[in-house]
Amino acid sequence: MGNLVIVEHDNNEVAAATLHAVTAAQQIGGDIDLLVAGESCGSVADAAAKIAGVNAVKVADDAKFGHHLAENLATLIVEVAPAYSHVLASATTFGKNVMPRAAALLDKAQISEIVEVKSPDTFVRPIYAGNALATVQSSDEIKMITVRTIKFEAAAAEGGSANVEAISGGVDAGLSSWVSQAVSNNDQVDLTSAKIVVSGGRGMQSGDNFGMLHSVADKLGAAVGASRAAVDSGFVPNEFQVGQTGKVIAPDLYIAVGISGAIQHLAGMKESKVIVAINNDSEAPIFQVADYGLVADLFEAVPELDAAL
Amino acid sequence: MVCVKRVLDPQVKARVKADGSGVDLANAKMTMNPFCENALEEALRLREAGTADEIIVASVGGGKTEETLRHGLAMGADRAIQVVTEDALEPLAIAKVLKNIAEQEDVGLVLAGKQAIDDDSNQTAQMLSALLGWSLATFCSDIKFDGDKATVIREVDAGLETIEVKMPAVMSADLRLNEPRYVKLPDVMKAKRKPMDKIELDSLGLDTANRLTTLQVEEPEGRAAGVIVNSVSELVEKLRNEAKVI
Ligand SMILES: Cc1cc2nc3c(=O)[nH]c(=O)nc-3n(C[C@H](O)[C@H](O)[C@H](O)COP(=O)(O)OP(=O)(O)OC[C@H]3O[C@@H](n4cnc5c(N)ncnc54)[C@H](O)[C@@H]3O)c2cc1C
Ligand SMILES: Cc1cc2nc3c(=O)[nH]c(=O)nc-3n(C[C@H](O)[C@H](O)[C@H](O)COP(=O)(O)OP(=O)(O)OC[C@H]3O[C@@H](n4cnc5c(N)ncnc54)[C@H](O)[C@@H]3O)c2cc1C
Repeated sequence: MGNLVIVEHDNNEVAAATLHAVTAAQQIGGDIDLLVAGESCGSVADAAAKIAGVNAVKVADDAKFGHHLAENLATLIVEVAPAYSHVLASATTFGKNVMPRAAALLDKAQISEIVEVKSPDTFVRPIYAGNALATVQSSDEIKMITVRTIKFEAAAAEGGSANVEAISGGVDAGLSSWVSQAVSNNDQVDLTSAKIVVSGGRGMQSGDNFGMLHSVADKLGAAVGASRAAVDSGFVPNEFQVGQTGKVIAPDLYIAVGISGAIQHLAGMKESKVIVAINNDSEAPIFQVADYGLVADLFEAVPELDAAL
Repeated sequence: MVCVKRVLDPQVKARVKADGSGVDLANAKMTMNPFCENALEEALRLREAGTADEIIVASVGGGKTEETLRHGLAMGADRAIQVVTEDALEPLAIAKVLKNIAEQEDVGLVLAGKQAIDDDSNQTAQMLSALLGWSLATFCSDIKFDGDKATVIREVDAGLETIEVKMPAVMSADLRLNEPRYVKLPDVMKAKRKPMDKIELDSLGLDTANRLTTLQVEEPEGRAAGVIVNSVSELVEKLRNEAKVI
């Protein structure tokens, strides 16, 4: 029956997250088709066809899919899905928004944020902010799945030569419309795929002080992240947030500065290969997960680190 | 209608049962899911602004779910509906139940949390919107109503997205939507006298069979304890030569 992977994109490029969902599909086994729904998204379809291991790319190029509104996109997924045993999307805000809407219309459960494929019907998913892992078996004939990207390597973006097939379908539900998108930081290294992340918490005290972290990050080719307290205090915008309700990341190196290490923050970064904590409270829980801890005032340690690099 | 869920308190670390059957909730401190509190707070502000007439808090769950609904009434909801079941329903089944209630009560807006902090599914609002055939706005951090439309700011991976939705709609709340109010003792007393309907799940005649079987719940591997370094130069040296990550 095979896998259908819903491609996340901005009508120009395939999002990196999709490559991880393709790998999850490979582990499930069977053919892999991709669905590209968008407006003037030909370049996305071409790029999708080059992803290694892909059988066919179905492209629905239509204004009603231009902004990936869940109500419209779900109607298309519902039409295409019955030919497949598995429908996958990345567990990003894109996948989380549309997949449950499509699943409910199909009267199927959704298996959220899988971290492991045990067999074509059995998957592991984190619950309780990652403090427990549940192995679940699905009895649905179409398995609707979102994929936690950090637990699956990215499929090769080049090497494939899939068929590209234009399709029509789906309806304009006429329920919602896109107004605008504010992206506050364009030149920042992508937080979800960065090899090194330097994150700041409430201890940073102000948005201006985040300049210190940006300087260190620039030297390391790193992205800057933040705790929820730092976002709530207005130091940095929401897309910087790492954690249970922000982004889940697993860089090679995560440097937590002035972050206490609450359960909800750890949920977003504890799979990092190497964790460094800089905090002036030796009792802070972040030290329990840190490979290297430095008990110090960040306002002295960070400039020193910057100079040492 | 505001959908609220009873969950393990976010300050408490979940403990997996020794037999691998699930998380041990016996005697654990439970609260209203934080995101549901944001959803309810938003509804209360709508009523205070004259946009909403009445607020129903609804929850699907067993025995002590009533406590969570009472908390919702103490925060200021007008009445509560508990759909009673001891079964752990999946989001699809919960959405079917909530659809039934929303239609019976003829509500004009459903607010839910964006995710429940126990199961972390992040599905129920989206599924409910599908079953009702209503507009959907997930991960809301700002909502403005204007007649039969609402303009919503959504927290997405790339930043903030603004969409306009036609009413009726289902919306899911993010934590930055608002600051939920604290409940004062007189409110708790008042809440005891507010109406609480109990509906047996079986009486609704819905197909709420689970599609997933939980085979096992286990604890993830922990991280080995690290070392405390004494200086920035020692840290840099270790990152370069021991961990080899810079
Ligand atoms: C439902 C729910 C979801 C949540 N989701 C998330 C999430 O996704 N992400 C997230 O991060 N949080 C989340 N939280 C919030 C979380 O519980 C914590 O409140 C938050 O992570 C705390 O951020 P912090 O560590 O920056 O602040 P604090 O806990 O206030 O810690 C600040 C730290 O800075 C240190 N410090 C202060 N000054 C200095 C200095 N001069 N030098 C060195 N160190 C200093 C202090 O010792 C302290 O350890 C969530 C909470 C709930 C209830
Ligand atoms: C007794 C019991 C035992 C359980 N055991 C397990 C277990 O062993 N393993 C496991 O994986 N899960 C277990 N669960 C969890 C249960 O399966 C999930 O709660 C359910 O699938 C909904 O998922 P969610 O809360 O993550 O939904 P989400 O989609 O994350 O919830 C989002 C929002 O939907 C609304 N909502 C969700 N649930 C309800 C509800 N019941 N009533 C009203 N509104 C609601 C709320 O507004 C909530 O903020 C158990 C639940 C119960 C009650």
